[in-house]
Amino acid sequence: MSVRQSLLALLEQGPMYGYQLRAEFEQRTGATWPLNVGQVYTTLSRLERDGMVAVVDHGGVDDRTEADGEAGTQSESGGERGQVSYQITEAGRAEVAEWFSTPVPRTQPARDELAIKLAIAVTLPGVDIGRLIQQQRTATMSALQAHTRTKRAGRPGALVGEIQSATEDLAWSLVLDSLVFDAESEIRWLDHCEARLRRASHQTKTASSIQPEESR
Amino acid sequence: MTAVLHLDNVTRVHGEGATRVAALRGVSFTARPGELVAVMGPSGSGKSTLLNLAGGLDTPTSGSVLIEGVDLSGLDVAGRARVRRTSVGYVFQDYNLIPALTAAENVALPRELDGDSRKEAREKAMIALERVGIAEVADRFPDEMSGGQQQRVAIARSVVGERRLILADEPTGALDTETGEEVLRVLRDFCDAGAAGVLVTHEARHAGWADRVVFLRDGLVVDEAAASGAYGDPLEQGAL
Ligand SMILES: Nc1ncnc2c1ncn2[C@@H]1O[C@H](COP(=O)(O)OP(=O)(O)OP(=O)(O)O)[C@@H](O)[C@H]1O
Ligand SMILES: [Mg+2]
Repeated sequence: MSVRQSLLALLEQGPMYGYQLRAEFEQRTGATWPLNVGQVYTTLSRLERDGMVAVVDHGGVDDRTEADGEAGTQSESGGERGQVSYQITEAGRAEVAEWFSTPVPRTQPARDELAIKLAIAVTLPGVDIGRLIQQQRTATMSALQAHTRTKRAGRPGALVGEIQSATEDLAWSLVLDSLVFDAESEIRWLDHCEARLRRASHQTKTASSIQPEESR
Repeated sequence: MTAVLHLDNVTRVHGEGATRVAALRGVSFTARPGELVAVMGPSGSGKSTLLNLAGGLDTPTSGSVLIEGVDLSGLDVAGRARVRRTSVGYVFQDYNLIPALTAAENVALPRELDGDSRKEAREKAMIALERVGIAEVADRFPDEMSGGQQQRVAIARSVVGERRLILADEPTGALDTETGEEVLRVLRDFCDAGAAGVLVTHEARHAGWADRVVFLRDGLVVDEAAASGAYGDPLEQGAL
């Protein structure tokens, strides 16, 4: 999953605590895919198990990861007892490089629930599919409007004029654009479904349920 | 707040007998100051018909159209033309600029037709061009401007002289994604400054800029969407 690679990639900037990683992730993606702290630590411990990161605490490098030879002598002077930060290993860097150079697999269809719902609905008598499509379109349109409005308002906590902030703003707005384009494509698909169903119903003169005057 | 535009149970029938087409069948529609309303629907659903009625370019078969409280059916042709010049701005897909006039002259023209002196009209045109961010092309002719610049000139023309209702029919049609977005931003800014806007579009992404999205099907309003989440609090985490 992308959380693993995302956290790993963020660690290329330097060692970080778990809560820091979470903040860095959310600065870029907004509150779109909130990460809970538990998820961050579970992911980090798996990464550690797989030799992708090494644990650094104020005493030095954790025994378990010293074999990687990468963790070095970094120490965390400010770390509280029991608080550790994480440092990427060579193997971790390789995984990040691999991630950025490989396309995200798109064999798994994304909008499962809606496509399945429609596929089931068209085959069943008694489902008002015109209404189903219209209601979904309205809901998706509302979400699209909300994303657009969020984007116009700007990233929460953005600091005008700061370079670091400017690149994070860019990252954040690209994520919003992705939500906007997804919603748009879903609406286009719904329009397409509606047009196809209309044509089919004109041909068979049966499925009157998709006539708009009866869809309310 | 009183609506800038109000359509009350409007019907528009074209032709008779076998060629009879009911383009609108009892549509009620409102646009208030500060509001951008998008109209979406398949080809032939009545979007342009609605906009033409709203702009006084066409008259309803039944029902009424009110602009700033004035019922257009109570006005003669000259009266409607006056409302169009003073209250309503129209933005078309193909910009409709006059090729022999510069950007500033195109924008100034409606003011001159309305009786402003050439100088007054030019001053107002320059203010409008500044508001859409292209004062620097004021003295260029349309064929010396990009599509995005021409469309901004068209928007400036549609708002010059503080008109309160902007009607835009597919204003981003021929523009690329980025330029189209700029045009929407300009339109949105005018609405945020107090105008009412109606935007006809096929693109959901562009309708996303509106406060409300009205869906037309076969001459009827079938649904309406407004942004989900708490209005005025988009920064709240849940709004995403
Ligand atoms: N002057 C006219 N005479 C006869 N029929 C007309 C006239 N103007 C429009 N119509 C018909 O009225 C219906 C609505 O047309 P309208 O132009 O409003 O659609 P639209 O939603 O703007 O479509 P598009 O997305 O293709 O621009 C269509 O069936 C059209 O053929
Ligand atoms: Mg049209």
